[in-house]
Formats: sequence, structure tokens, C-alpha cells
Amino acid sequence: MSSTPAIVVQDLVVDRSRRRVLHGLSCQVPAGQVTGLLGPSGSGKTTLLRCLVGVQRVRSGLVTVAGIPAGDRALRTRVGYVTQAPSVYADLSVRDNLRYFAVLAGSAEAQARVDDTMATVGLANRGGDRVARLSGGEHARVSLACALVGAPDVLVLDEPTVGLDPVLRRDLWHLFHELADHGATVLVSSHVMDEAARCDRLLLLREGRLVADDTPAAIRAATATADLEEAFLRLAEGQEVQS
Amino acid sequence: MSPRITLATAARVLRQLRGDRRTVAMLMVVPSVLMVLLRYVLNSNPEVFDHIGLQLLGIFPFVTMFLVTSVAMLRERTSGTLERLLTTRLAKLDLLLGYALAFGLAALAQVGIATAITMGWLGLQIVGGVGWAVTLAVASALLGMALGLFVSAFAKTEFQAVQFMPAVVLPQILLCGLLVPRDQMLDVLHWASDVLPLSYVVDGMARAQSTVSASPLGDIAVVAGCILAALGLGAVTLRRRTP
Repeated sequence: MSSTPAIVVQDLVVDRSRRRVLHGLSCQVPAGQVTGLLGPSGSGKTTLLRCLVGVQRVRSGLVTVAGIPAGDRALRTRVGYVTQAPSVYADLSVRDNLRYFAVLAGSAEAQARVDDTMATVGLANRGGDRVARLSGGEHARVSLACALVGAPDVLVLDEPTVGLDPVLRRDLWHLFHELADHGATVLVSSHVMDEAARCDRLLLLREGRLVADDTPAAIRAATATADLEEAFLRLAEGQEVQS
Repeated sequence: MSPRITLATAARVLRQLRGDRRTVAMLMVVPSVLMVLLRYVLNSNPEVFDHIGLQLLGIFPFVTMFLVTSVAMLRERTSGTLERLLTTRLAKLDLLLGYALAFGLAALAQVGIATAITMGWLGLQIVGGVGWAVTLAVASALLGMALGLFVSAFAKTEFQAVQFMPAVVLPQILLCGLLVPRDQMLDVLHWASDVLPLSYVVDGMARAQSTVSASPLGDIAVVAGCILAALGLGAVTLRRRTP
């Protein structure tokens, strides 16, 4: 079960607009697995993910990806980041977006992967459509596809399944596991607890502190409940008793 | 930086522009229509038209490219695409040069159309040769682009970005020597006009129109220096890590 960690976070402290968002957080994300970053909105999930891709100014602490400091130039082709709000060009077609991000990914294979990637996210026949004309869910999938097209070793996905229909959500989770089976490290944030069960491993975040870092089964066992939502509640209450 | 990424970025910006047919039409048609208007406003003074017309030909690209770039770059900042781009292999210089290349080409088309109509139909004479005039007009467009890139960092909304037009552009138009020769201004205003880059576009155009004075090469060099300085300032506002 224990593989080498792809991501290591040590004593990470982050302040945003004079408010402490992460309070000396430490955790590890194993390679080749799907790790879920779960927590209510405002718990610091996005801030943590921003630290991993090197766009967040941090107060103190260490973040490494594959042993390299997060945000280092050497990591830029190896880490794919999908922001919560879709960040693609709404005034370009789906295919033009993918082609551009394929160039940025820097490999010749990325260009060749454009059509396959559109099919992977279920947009095979929308390539010529402008992103602005797509639905919200389709828009989000274009954003995901632009990260997938570079076939990164590490995928950092901020709530990629929000607002998607259940069939598509299931398909995407299948995809995440498939990518992990091929060796990729997949870190997915979500505020929906029913997605937690789909992960190999969970990081539960609350108010900028880690309340659990384990497999779903172990968390259920430790809290003596079959329901992960209930488990989260018990862990959160336990944290309050301690503090 | 990589030439491939720079070119892909320029192509992407041009593709976005092309998708917005109304903006393209305005960019290409409005300067020519204004020149026609000016020609008939000055119907009884054709020699004044020769003088002012050429200077305005240098000012239009500055204004239009400033507006287009400041809004385009603001969108890049607010939609999250800028942050995403900076997590990829794209270097800041790739982005700046990509924009410069795209808007430089757009300016060349704009200036070409306006010059052809102004010289062919409206009978404007350029004593020193059309080459200088076109070079100055494209330099003026790049100056507008570079300043637009820079000020977009200080706007949070498109409304604010557009307000920078009267704040940054209009004082330069008042002081550039179009309305009153610069050496007839109050000392303080003359000094101010000496440090504002648009003055050198207008000086250069005046030189291109004169039979006695030297070539406008010196003015072009000053404008080129200002473009580089503005691009440098713009680069400072492209922060990979943000709070």
C-alpha cells in the first residue's frame, strides 16, 4: 500500500489577506494513486493545491513534487493543474484550446493526443465549437482536457466533477483511476463527501488543518462508522474537543 | 523562452481576435473613416490636412491597440488563464513577444489600410516616404500595446481598464504637439511632453513630412526604447506566485 510519496508537504503556513489559511500543514501524497482532498468550502483546499503547483506565495514550510521544490521550472511539463473555475479561452474552439495547451506541454506526442483527449472527456464531436457556446459542465471538461493533453505525471484537479451529471462523473473517476494505474499521481479536491469513497486515499481538511490522512477504509474503521460524512463529523468534533 | 511557444501564443491571440469580427472590423475601418472625416473637415486647408493627417495616422494605432490589449490582458488575468499559463513551460517573454507579434501584425494591417486610403483617395502627400510613416505607426501601435499590457495589472474590471484610456492616452494626445507645437508650450508642459513617448511618434511623423530635417530614425529609436521599457514594466506585473 505504501508507495513513495510524489508530493511532500512540510509545516506549510499560508496567509491570504492577513488571514491564516493553512496552519503548519504536513502531508504526503503517494504516487500512482488517486488521493482525494476533502473538506468544506473555505477549508483551504484550493490554497493547498495552489501551493503544489507553485502559484501561491507561502509564509513558511516546504512543498516538493517528485523531490523538486513546487513550481520549479523542471516541474512545469510534469504537473497538470486544473483550476476550480474553468481557465480556458472561451472565444476559441475546443480544438484550438487543446492545440495551444499541447504546444505548452512541449512534446510532439501532445499534439497527436488532441483528438483522443477530446474523446476522453466526451467532447469528440464538439472540437469545432467555441467554448463560450458550451454548457458549464462541458466548459469544465475542456479545462480538464487541456491538462490531460500533456499527459503529466502529477495531476492537480480542483473540484473537477462539480456540476457534472452522474454518468459523466463516474466516467471521470474511472479515468482518474486509469491514469493512476498507469503511474500518474492524481490529487482531486472535492467538497462532496460521496466522492471520498472513490479515492484510494483521503486527506480531510478543516479550517486549514488536516483532520485525517488515511485510506477510506481506515478512516471508517477509526471512527466506527460506515458513512464517510459521519466519519468527517466525528473527526471534526474530535478536533474541537482537543483544541 | 521558446520560439515555438512564442509563435503559438501569437497565433492564439490572433485567432481570438479573428473570432471577434466586430472588433476586427472596427480596428480596420474606424481609422480610415476618421481620416476621411478629417479630410472634409479641413476641406479648405489641404496643406493642414497633409500635416495633421499624418500625425493622426500615427496616433490612431496607439489608441486602438492600447484599448484592445488592456482588455485582452485583463481577461487573461481575471479568467485564470494567465495563472494557468504560468504553471506551464511558457516564459513571461513568450507571452509578451507573442502579444507584440500578434498586435504588431494587426497594426500593420490597420495602418496599411488607413495609409492606402489616405494617400490614394484623400491625396495625402508624404514627402519623406511612406516607409517611415508606416514604421512609426506600427511602433506607435506596439507602444500602445505595451502600455495596455502594463496598465491591465491595475484594473480589476473591464470598466476600469477602459478608464485608463483617458488617463494614460489623452494627456499624451494633448501634449504630443498635435494641437500646439511642443516648443510653444509652457516650460513645464514642454518638459512633460519630452518624457511622454507619443511625442516622438508625432515628431517623427513631422520629420517624415519635412523636406529639410533629418530622417525620423532618432524618433523611432526613442519610441522603440519606450516600448521595451513598457514591456519590462509589464513583465514585472506578471507574477507567477500571488498572495
